[in-house]
Amino acid sequence: MKRLSALVSCVFLLHSMAAFGESTAFVGATIMPVSGEPIENGTLVIEDGKISAVGSNVRVPRNADVVDVAGMVIIPGLVDTHSHIGEPAGADRSSPIQPEARVLDSINVRDAGFKRALAGGITTANLMSGSGHLMSGQTVYVKMRDGNSIETVAYKKDDGSVDGGMKMANGTNPRRDAPFPGTRGKSAALVRQKYVAAQEYMAKIERADGDPEKMPERDLAMEALIEVLDGERVVHHHTHRHDDILTVLRLQEEFGFRVVLHHVSEAHRVAEEIAAANVPVSLIMIDSPGGKLESQYIDFENAPALERAGVNVGFHTDDYISDSRLFMRMAALGVRAGMTRKTALRALTLAGAEMLDLDDRIGTLERGKDADFVILSGDPFSVYTRVQETWVEGVKRFDIDDSDDRAVAEGGFGALQPSVIHEFHGYEEGH
Amino acid sequence: MRHSIISLIATLLCIAAFSAQASDIVVRGDLVYTSAGDPIQNGVVVVRDGKILAIGPASSVSIPGDMDVVNAAVVTPGLIDAHTVVGMVGYLSQDDDQDHLEQSAAIQPELRAIDAYNAREPLIEWLRTFGVTTIHSGHGPGEIVSGQTLIAKTTGDTIDEAVFNPAAMVAATLGQGAVMSGNGGRNTPGTRGKVAAMLRTELLKAEAYADKIAAAADDDEKDPPARDLKMEVLTSVLSGDTPLLVTVNRHNDIMTALRIAEEFDIRMVLDGASEAYLLLDEIKAAGVPVIVHPAMARAGGERENLSFTTAEKLINAGIPTAFQSGYEGYVPKTRVVLFEAAITLAHGVSPDQALAAITIDAAKILGIDDRVGSLEVGKDGDLALYDGDPFEYTTHAIGTIIEGVRVSDTVK
Repeated sequence: MKRLSALVSCVFLLHSMAAFGESTAFVGATIMPVSGEPIENGTLVIEDGKISAVGSNVRVPRNADVVDVAGMVIIPGLVDTHSHIGEPAGADRSSPIQPEARVLDSINVRDAGFKRALAGGITTANLMSGSGHLMSGQTVYVKMRDGNSIETVAYKKDDGSVDGGMKMANGTNPRRDAPFPGTRGKSAALVRQKYVAAQEYMAKIERADGDPEKMPERDLAMEALIEVLDGERVVHHHTHRHDDILTVLRLQEEFGFRVVLHHVSEAHRVAEEIAAANVPVSLIMIDSPGGKLESQYIDFENAPALERAGVNVGFHTDDYISDSRLFMRMAALGVRAGMTRKTALRALTLAGAEMLDLDDRIGTLERGKDADFVILSGDPFSVYTRVQETWVEGVKRFDIDDSDDRAVAEGGFGALQPSVIHEFHGYEEGH
Repeated sequence: MRHSIISLIATLLCIAAFSAQASDIVVRGDLVYTSAGDPIQNGVVVVRDGKILAIGPASSVSIPGDMDVVNAAVVTPGLIDAHTVVGMVGYLSQDDDQDHLEQSAAIQPELRAIDAYNAREPLIEWLRTFGVTTIHSGHGPGEIVSGQTLIAKTTGDTIDEAVFNPAAMVAATLGQGAVMSGNGGRNTPGTRGKVAAMLRTELLKAEAYADKIAAAADDDEKDPPARDLKMEVLTSVLSGDTPLLVTVNRHNDIMTALRIAEEFDIRMVLDGASEAYLLLDEIKAAGVPVIVHPAMARAGGERENLSFTTAEKLINAGIPTAFQSGYEGYVPKTRVVLFEAAITLAHGVSPDQALAAITIDAAKILGIDDRVGSLEVGKDGDLALYDGDPFEYTTHAIGTIIEGVRVSDTVK
């Protein structure tokens, strides 16, 4: 029996080894690496899930599988900095600030939303709770690899723990009956009180200096906030109105946490202030203003205005607010409003990677980075362009020529199931 | 003395206005799409008194010397949004200005859209910016019969200035979307079967009402029934004067709609119809047009099986098809029909088909193709101007003209 299991492991080992050392070369495409200028008739070589070479005069390894992608465009895998696929559910209705709630304890990796994301060229996403709380819990950064559990798809930190940020919100969405705040002033006061408590908890730990007798009792909320105050856990902050944006910057300055502003409907009104605070912005482009009070001045102009001000700009789907399959359209609308194509492509890729602290691994097509990329039929910012293939760590995860994948890309009877997509008949929760 | 100066000035102004009116304009496009034949290279459209006076290649159309000329790379007919609730709902989603759905009763065809439509609603201007010149708006989906719809131009400060069909259709909903219609704490209708039964019951009452009116007309001894606003509207549905716009998504609900259309021999327009691709033969045989759901609608609820390819399948099956911006309860508060049509271009719809579905085909379904939907002599001078392919993401809308008046010069 023991011998049999040894044999089985050996077979498994050999199977996984088979891929080891094999490389694939994609030749003939226009490669837009984001780390540099577009390469006409370029070659991309991948090996063991990583990019081993990219350029115009790349030697193709002798044993490499060569894939002719002439006429196609290759771009880095897209990074969606804000998505609700996989039914993430952190905080509940019991209180407005719940940093201890982790969405990793809720993600359904079998949700068809992941397939829609792949069909849209998304290879990395930040999954988070909604905006109905001042702090709705810990987000999780996922890689769109094939996996049976959140642990197998989540990015991991060096210590092996699941990587993610902290979701916060201000403005009107977190406002409701007590214990939730009823005003903006109360919202900020509640958040400040919580951060002050975390600072004091931190100080106790420092005073204990390793002495278990002097350590405060473990507190999951406080532990999570310490990660935020330490800068390890980035705050992803829903905010729309110009004054709410400035409130985030004020709190950020007071407590020193690292923050990415999300949605930011009125960014065009405070672009200089955002730039001065050196805070990145993840934008959403909505097809019309309004829908709720605080997005009445949302404008496609946000994208070029922030670019001009020198702000690091990314985009997000906020799926199911917008469909992951149409993520590139978001940046195209930025180009429509005057953003440069270069910045728009960066916004879909490297900028998002930077906002998730993953730019050492993803976001560009460079030697040594993860082999996450998208093969397009043409210009990334054209309505006529379609995603042909999406690769994650050297594995083809979406292929338009595969009938099941095509069904996801197009929709149809049962094609997008199982999935939970809310229909908005009211304006209850908000994103 | 002063009077005579004023009257002199007034006379001079009148002469100026007469020679080149505000509703006179010439549009020259590198490419003019007419929705009535092949596009015209270097085309010219002359609009006088709000109507198209001439259209053709620049070489063959003389431009009146007293008229302003506007240039654009691409010109199309003013776009038609075949179904929206813009003007009926406030764009900020506040409770007190959402007038598309009255929930006190399940069947209220007597509710007129003209009594609620706000011509100054900001999203009307928003749509106009992208070249939309005509909208079919009104009561929305969500009750078995929610009320009437109207057709308006996206201009005018009052309903009277904007509207050109005050009672276009009667809006109905079948399927889960109508379950709990008129729910005042009651639990009926609680099923699809009950929804259909309630609609049929009301249509039967209207038949009886119409019969009584007819009988009274033929017989002096008989009194006509007391006037009933609800019955009057349903009578016009039964007579075929007013189409029933049925919002329906699942295939079984589409069949229910077609069954009712046949039973009462009414004119029907399917709205939404996200599973229409399963029933192309049936829809075609019934002769019912489809105002298909927005291409970017969320695949949730009864629309869980929607597809980007539905429009292509409908159009190529020969079913009259138009696009719509639809109803949104949250963000985006309205979609833009140009953007929705554009998405289908990567999914089999040709640019010509897409343009037709937001111009002439939409006009035919709405019964307004005698006035709008194509650039032809005698039709309204409604035009949309772009700096490139209108459907491309990065192209800009650069101007909109309604009845010869430049109503937008925003570049968006």
